[in-house]
Amino acid sequence: MKITDLFRGSDGVDVKGPGVLCSFDIGGVTINLTETVVLSWVIILAVTLLLAWLTKDMKTRNISKRQAVAEWAVQTVYGLVEDSMGKRWRPIAPYIGALFTFSILGSLISMLGLRSVTADFNVPLAWALVTFVMIHSTNIRTNGLGGYLKGYVDPIPVMLPFNILSEIATPVSMSLRHFGNVVSGMVITSLLYYALSMITKGIGVALCTIGIPAVMSLYFDLFSGFMQAFIFIMLTMAYISNVDGNAEV
Amino acid sequence: MEKAIVLAASALGAGTAMIAGIGPGIGEGFAVGKACESIGRQPESSGAVTRTMFIGCAVAETTGIYGLLVALLLMFANPFIGKL
Repeated sequence: MKITDLFRGSDGVDVKGPGVLCSFDIGGVTINLTETVVLSWVIILAVTLLLAWLTKDMKTRNISKRQAVAEWAVQTVYGLVEDSMGKRWRPIAPYIGALFTFSILGSLISMLGLRSVTADFNVPLAWALVTFVMIHSTNIRTNGLGGYLKGYVDPIPVMLPFNILSEIATPVSMSLRHFGNVVSGMVITSLLYYALSMITKGIGVALCTIGIPAVMSLYFDLFSGFMQAFIFIMLTMAYISNVDGNAEV
Repeated sequence: MEKAIVLAASALGAGTAMIAGIGPGIGEGFAVGKACESIGRQPESSGAVTRTMFIGCAVAETTGIYGLLVALLLMFANPFIGKL
């Protein structure tokens, strides 16, 4: 292998769904163990180990740097939740923090050359469905079942189908937004790598495949991944506090 | 022959779907312009304004993303080829 092989880039553009590593057959239902599932386990394991290391032997005074980092992260998440939903919603902060961490690491795992977890539609859809359930349970808890059902025929009964559609559109648009951003970043970067390696082949010197992909990755992987994770949690909080009439924001 | 027509129509469709990029482009430009204006008027509120602007931009971007998804589907996971 020559040193130039390292900078050869990609040979073609192929956009594929997550690969299936193995399949089980449980009671007639085929369960595929996809790349997404395995990478999610890797992320969960990594975050668990990191948190275990950060919160090892915590003290109340003379705190270590590790503990300062952990406290900063917790305070940031709690502060964000209190700012956008009010003090009453403090208990939801762990969910928001976990969602943000998982989302951002799931997108950033593509920096390691692996497939983004969030580039599988199942993942954002699952999160959006959790949010959907939370929105509606909050609505029922706030307005009572009668008030909740009455909301569908508001302001006139003719609006019923449109109200139902707009409720269904919430998780669909949330998950498609996240998925679409990550996938489009993936496709555009793979097209770009292909173009750059074609240029390299054309001029015979590995000029374009060094450096330029890193700059592009900065936007498409880092910025986009962070933005989408942030937007997902902000929208989750906004939707939930929207249906909660008692919120003191 | 049929396949060629379907492929050509899919390529045209993918290009046409990206017209959806116009709307979010105009909308986001407008939102960012207004955000810059309000930061100029009240520099101390720049944090909140920027945060709200990014969320608004992301929501406005959704229609563009839908168009992009359609274009990507037509290019890489064409559903019409299988129907021939």
